[in-house]
Amino acid sequence: MRSSSRRAPRAGWALSAAATATILFLHVPLAFIVLYAFSTDSKTFVFPPPGLTTRWFGVAFEREDIRQALRLSLEVATVSTLVAMVLGTLAAAAVWRSRFFGREAISLLVILPIALPGIITGISLRSALGLLDMPFSFWTIVIGHATFCIVVVYNNVLARFRRSSFNQIEASMDLGANGFQTFRHILLPNIATALLAGGMLAFALSFDEVIVTTFTAGQQSTLPIWMLTELVRPRQRPVTNVVAVFVIVVTFIPILAAFYLTRDTHEIAGSGK
Amino acid sequence: MIGASLRAPRPGLFHRLSSALYLHPRLLLLLLLTPPLLWLGVIYLGSLLSLLLQSFFYIDEFSGVVVREFSLATYRQLFTLSNFDIIRRTAGMAAAVTLAAAALAFPLAYYMVRYASTRTKALLYLAVMLPLWSSYLVRVYSWKLILAKEGIVTWLAQQLHLGWLLEGVLALPVIGGPSLSTSYLGTFLVFLYIWLPFMILPIVAALERVPRSLIEASADLGADHRATFRKVLWPLALPGVVAGSIFTFSLTLGDYIIPQIIGTSEPFLGQAVYRHQGTAGNVPMAAALTVVPIVIMVAYLAVARRLGAFDAL
Repeated sequence: MRSSSRRAPRAGWALSAAATATILFLHVPLAFIVLYAFSTDSKTFVFPPPGLTTRWFGVAFEREDIRQALRLSLEVATVSTLVAMVLGTLAAAAVWRSRFFGREAISLLVILPIALPGIITGISLRSALGLLDMPFSFWTIVIGHATFCIVVVYNNVLARFRRSSFNQIEASMDLGANGFQTFRHILLPNIATALLAGGMLAFALSFDEVIVTTFTAGQQSTLPIWMLTELVRPRQRPVTNVVAVFVIVVTFIPILAAFYLTRDTHEIAGSGK
Repeated sequence: MIGASLRAPRPGLFHRLSSALYLHPRLLLLLLLTPPLLWLGVIYLGSLLSLLLQSFFYIDEFSGVVVREFSLATYRQLFTLSNFDIIRRTAGMAAAVTLAAAALAFPLAYYMVRYASTRTKALLYLAVMLPLWSSYLVRVYSWKLILAKEGIVTWLAQQLHLGWLLEGVLALPVIGGPSLSTSYLGTFLVFLYIWLPFMILPIVAALERVPRSLIEASADLGADHRATFRKVLWPLALPGVVAGSIFTFSLTLGDYIIPQIIGTSEPFLGQAVYRHQGTAGNVPMAAALTVVPIVIMVAYLAVARRLGAFDAL
């Protein structure tokens, strides 16, 4: 908190302008998506929109293909998040307490699926499925998503572990609690918010993922895959805009929640992806 | 007899199990590690290895069937002129995006660390983090609206009587094109927009470790802003910039969605991979092509490590 210890100096106008421009560059484009979702024009992207209407929201809501894609996305994101929460926590616990041969390799292995471009993860899984003659299913999508979601939970939980003290666990065991009780009453409350924040971010990541999914989904459509198809071959542009607004809302909420959950700690969730 | 009655009640099976685990940390470690290792080690690494393995298979030119025999034929085909073009185009774009991202990210990061109040800083942090995590495809899509011929950029240029400027830019060789959404310039803008947050956060992290007193000392010793930046701030922030560049470079190398939606018809590396494994059915070639970004990134990471980027992650 160096900045609060003394009065902060004022930034020069050039620096302020550059910083403002970068922030605007990051956020103004999304505003256009929201604006176009209300446009009465359905054939082009003409600016300014000739008129505003809310009717596309109704149209999008009625579309069975969109509802199916949404359902699949929510299911995949939920299951992948749960798998990632279990595996990420286990890996974090192992790396936290022990020094063992290959410990660095574990950290690398966990980070690799997100450090390498998504297309490599995607095509690897696809080729492995091909070699094993495994058909595409709900579970092939989940396998891909959970793989790159583990690191998110792992990072958050490990950061929290590193700041908690092992003495509490020893005290709990000394006082006669068994492993399950210690986990339930000591360990879990300690890591709860970090675990939840990691889970939220993993959910947003999975709900939004398109690159790996194109390789492991086969004919199934998650919401991002549905959008991608519409972008390549547009059919009803305003409906796509409405879905885009919807995706923004569904991914923003868990990210804001994760931020809120960890804002008072030193490791803010999501500071590293 | 008396001794037996004084003995503590036999602890339950569960309790004994947890004591055993507590007393044998190696056993506990094994239990903790097995599930994630099975998942990442077998499913993920197994897939990666199977991909590498397939790059040594080759496709029979007459039947179009993949021959599962060890051969370097696919790698020989990799070094053709058209593939070299694709690699050069992609690496060039990745380098341009990385440089531009650093130029845009640095002022914002510096402002966040040096001048923003605690509250503003938290808000700015959130403003950088939200686009990092959310709606990748939607954010790509927004540029289709913006760059469309009838869209906001054209409208704005007309309102400001700058239509000639827009046309001039589009008429430029290489980066220009029929419209912004079908030019390299458009692809570049979208890449920059999408990966920029990945550059900002590591620079913020690096700048936060620069003591304020160092900047003040530099000023006290008579350096102007420019000299302070060049001799003090930049060398200390460099690991952060390099760390950010790992992301912007690697992500640009592997992306195949953005150039497909905004850009020319000339393929990027990711698109070439996608086509080879999809419509062409040439999985060995697709596999060999993915080895290219892996090799580039391994080399890049080795250089980044020397520059201290891993401490800034």
